[in-house]
Amino acid sequence: MTRPSTHTRPLSPHLGIYRFGPHMIASIVHRVTGDTLATLGALMLLGWLGAIAAGAAAYAKFTDLAWSLPGKVVLVGLTWIFFQHLFSGLRHLYLDTGAGYELKTNRAMAIATFVLSVIATALLWGMIMMDGLNG
Amino acid sequence: MVDAPTTAAKPAATTTAPITTASSAADLGRVRGLGSSRQGTHHWVVQRLTALGNLVLVPWLVVSLARLPLSDHATVVAWLSSPLAAVPMILLIISVFWHLRLGLQVLVEDYVHSEAAKLATLVLLNFYAVAGTVFGIFSVAKIAFSGAA
Repeated sequence: MTRPSTHTRPLSPHLGIYRFGPHMIASIVHRVTGDTLATLGALMLLGWLGAIAAGAAAYAKFTDLAWSLPGKVVLVGLTWIFFQHLFSGLRHLYLDTGAGYELKTNRAMAIATFVLSVIATALLWGMIMMDGLNG
Repeated sequence: MVDAPTTAAKPAATTTAPITTASSAADLGRVRGLGSSRQGTHHWVVQRLTALGNLVLVPWLVVSLARLPLSDHATVVAWLSSPLAAVPMILLIISVFWHLRLGLQVLVEDYVHSEAAKLATLVLLNFYAVAGTVFGIFSVAKIAFSGAA
């Protein structure tokens, strides 16, 4: 909560002057995935817990909806969003230590978050499908 | 770097060459390490702390979900009634909802510029985070303590 300043302050240069790169995509995707998990992901978690607590009939309705085709699309999407936010978050924890700002390293790590999130999503859903549609 | 609140103050610099624009209030804030937000690094630290909590707990949930026969209500209830599942699940709810409250707060502060709208959105965000946490914990408690409903 800042008070209005009486004198103009210098502004830092904004997005437009920087050359576009993977770190920019990783940054905005970290925010978008986080906000999706914070809303859709958290509400689905609460819906699942509430449905279990409400009893077998309510739970059956929930699993029917979640395991429908649109439900599966959302679940696969949320899985990728989760892994992307996880790997991107690990990148941020590493950057917080002051490491990883060399241009090549930074670029490689930003790209790696996307590669790893896609691989992890494919592996998890491959396992689920091989398990015979999860019971 | 002179104004960086985290760096240790150099006694020589502050005594011989005081920062001319800084008021005594700013000096006091710097001494307390709280800065202009009066929060210091608390928001930043808790966001990292809950991130580490999520890093352990959410993969635990994902692996558990992948291993459970999710369509079988009785088995899911029996699993979540166990302390080894109920306790991590409650911890997960707290860690996740605390983390998302901090993250969404930054989103609101960055993109909602009108003070009235910002205040209203932050109030709603706090209600959402607290209500979600309580709903989640209550659901787990009900499952754990009453078994199959």
